[in-house]
Amino acid sequence: MNRAILDLWVGAFVALGFAALMFLAMQVANVSEEGTRGETITLRARFEDIGGLKVKAPVKSAGVVVGRVAAIRFDPQTYQAEVEMKVSAAYPFPKDTIASILTSGLLGEQYVGLAAGADSEMLKDGDRIEMTQSALVLEKLIGQFLFNKAAEGGSNK
Amino acid sequence: MIQLLRTLGHLTVDGVWQVGFATRFLFAMLRHSGPSFARFSLTIRELYFSGVLSLVIIVVSGAFVGMVLGLQGYDTLQRFGSESALGSIVALSLLRELGPVVAALLFASRAGSAVTAEIGLMKATEQLTAMDMMAVNPIARVVAPRFWGGVLSMPLLAAIFSTVGVIGGWFIGVVVIGVDNGTFWSQMANSVDFREDVVNGVVKSFVFGWAVSLIAVFQGYDCTPTAEGVSRAITKTVVYSSLMVLALDFILTSFMYIGK
Repeated sequence: MNRAILDLWVGAFVALGFAALMFLAMQVANVSEEGTRGETITLRARFEDIGGLKVKAPVKSAGVVVGRVAAIRFDPQTYQAEVEMKVSAAYPFPKDTIASILTSGLLGEQYVGLAAGADSEMLKDGDRIEMTQSALVLEKLIGQFLFNKAAEGGSNK
Repeated sequence: MIQLLRTLGHLTVDGVWQVGFATRFLFAMLRHSGPSFARFSLTIRELYFSGVLSLVIIVVSGAFVGMVLGLQGYDTLQRFGSESALGSIVALSLLRELGPVVAALLFASRAGSAVTAEIGLMKATEQLTAMDMMAVNPIARVVAPRFWGGVLSMPLLAAIFSTVGVIGGWFIGVVVIGVDNGTFWSQMANSVDFREDVVNGVVKSFVFGWAVSLIAVFQGYDCTPTAEGVSRAITKTVVYSSLMVLALDFILTSFMYIGK
């Protein structure tokens, strides 16, 4: 076979292969993800119960991804979970921001939701978010519900 | 009884000998790989035969595998009311397992068997011996370029397979069934990690490329130089490389995803 045609075909094949890899990287794995680009600051928060929160879970405010969970540790002094988040430095949050662990959808993944407060001072790199709200654990909810029902039934008699 | 033991011993010694010979063959090939890169046109030719000519079967099977994943995934997921996870299922199963493995199996039967047949026939018609007589090393001139052609084209073929599969799954899920387009892609992007899934898939297909190409060239080089011997070598190539790919996949998966 002619050398030039051979080169052309192989070149096209290699280009196609790399285009496929690019597609997988950009479209499927979404390397350049919103909210984790550029400079980030580290925020910490303590939770009573983080439920099923995982490292790399999104940190959202008003539904928009503004950062990622960087690390989760157990604090043996307070017996609480310490969650470290990397939040984009482009979005400063006030000092009295509330961090809560929420679930997207009924069975979806869990994420950290930030509800901005009204303080004029902003959170700086390494700061701790003092006001937190734990994850809702389904079993506890059901237990509470059954307990309330039983209590109602008892008082009616 | 003695006879049985003797057969067992013979099989074991034979097997060990084969593995040892294959390893020595691999090192000899690596040592004589210089010309495949110095005269890259040799390797280009093999890239054409094992890569470009495998494209059609890879693209067509990738599309069908992706479409079947779309259908089956949707059928299972809609029972739990979570059709939105369809994108993640299609992308993860293709990137992690099906892309590298099925592409490698197809590659073994499409390109591996062709390489074995070519080298085997060259041996049967004494072309390899003739080269040796002319002071041309047949391993450097014939075997190594075919090996590197296979090794280089395998990851690209697997990536193309996965991409076409994702598009096939998207076609069935979004265009035919009507899952929301935005959810499909965003769920996929959320659950697929570049380092964890895409890179590991490429590593897998690279390892499979080595295994399949080595088995193909070795079986061709090692075959009995008769018509029957060549045909048996081709069968062995397909069987051994398929088994090797599946076994390696298990080992790689347990190291990549489970051992953490």
